[in-house]
Amino acid sequence: MKFSRSAGVSILLVVSFVLPRPAVGHGFAGARFFPATLSTDDPFVNDELSLPTVSTIETAEGRETTIAVEIAKRITPNFGIELSEEFIQLNPKHEQEASGFGNLELSAKYQFFTSVAHEAILSLGAKVEIGGTGQQRVHADSFSTWTPAFFFGKGFGDLPDPLSLLRPVALTGLIGVSIPSSVSTRSDDEIEQHPNVLQYGFALEYSLIYLQEQVKDVGLSAPLDRLIPLVEFSFETPLNRGQSCETTGTINPGMIWSSKYVQVGVEAMIPINKRTGESVGVIGQVHFYLDDLFPRSLGRPLFGYR
Amino acid sequence: MQKLIIAFVVVVLSVMSPLASVEAHAFLVRAEPRVGSKVNKAPTEVCVWFSETVQTGVSRMEVFDASGKQVDKKDTHSDRTNRAVLCVSLVRALTPGAYNVIWRATSMDTHVTNGHFRFEVVGPKGAASSR
Repeated sequence: MKFSRSAGVSILLVVSFVLPRPAVGHGFAGARFFPATLSTDDPFVNDELSLPTVSTIETAEGRETTIAVEIAKRITPNFGIELSEEFIQLNPKHEQEASGFGNLELSAKYQFFTSVAHEAILSLGAKVEIGGTGQQRVHADSFSTWTPAFFFGKGFGDLPDPLSLLRPVALTGLIGVSIPSSVSTRSDDEIEQHPNVLQYGFALEYSLIYLQEQVKDVGLSAPLDRLIPLVEFSFETPLNRGQSCETTGTINPGMIWSSKYVQVGVEAMIPINKRTGESVGVIGQVHFYLDDLFPRSLGRPLFGYR
Repeated sequence: MQKLIIAFVVVVLSVMSPLASVEAHAFLVRAEPRVGSKVNKAPTEVCVWFSETVQTGVSRMEVFDASGKQVDKKDTHSDRTNRAVLCVSLVRALTPGAYNVIWRATSMDTHVTNGHFRFEVVGPKGAASSR
């Protein structure tokens, strides 16, 4: 038997407009909970702490390992800022090992559209990697790089009945352009060009949380009922200065487990070509939901909280 | 280096833990009738078990039939012995057909979660109505 889809959507629309809309925190759009993804920035604004995000991958030059920390804070329910820093360990094949901190990154994001009925989120953001704040021995740039970006998230909870088992699917992603403040720098006898770089990626998720809560109770018990299998695609394509179309990126299949206050994620990092890497890497993250850990202080927006 | 990172994480978590809440977003744990289920006997109420205690006054649950007509008594209430359970009574014995449950739960820390699910009454012989 088919439920009237238009009736269901109408009910949801009425509910979404009639009821007051407080700041819900987390990555919610209606019934959809979007987890924080590991390799591609998520579209929502929230109070959250990633501590740590660890990744390691073998590139053509050698192994690169990073340990990052990132904190995000809502200023208003729809506008937030983020601060991130990473420690980098380089093990080059033909040079000495080096380790140190990369440049500090500061970003801001405005979530300008949220559809409860259609589980959709749209955001605009900008990130700046602040040149000179990191250490040159790990190749931290001496110049700043700006990256304006567009973010999106869409849950497929509005699919028709015959496709109900696809309702747990969600897609989040971003597209942006990194613009260095310096087009070239001189190191030793070489002039290094710094192109604008197209940054794009998306995450395809199948939420067992959504399946169990909204579609069909298939009898999953802990910890399986809080799992979100996903595949992330993260790419970079230089746009000019002699490096056009030299795309690098990884395809990252993995899993996120989300509990009350924390989520844990792990993904394989499969290089799409030799420019990116020579073997499969790995990325893991522990991510804290500050909005639930500190609902009356750090975990709420500074302004506009109802 | 690894020891330094572990020490840093431990210090941060130690500082954070006394300030941390024991509350969180209320997620659906289970429902009766079960999410997406087909039941032979028409239920007289719908109940949802949440992961957290919810504020009954500002939480609600509504049940609609396939045509969009509301079939609950608008009496969303919690279980006296378990404040993490919300129930709503149904106006009459449901006829065979599909029903849509829409819930909105406000946990004690005022975080709001929304959800919806369906169940189907197929009648005593397991034959779904063609309505």
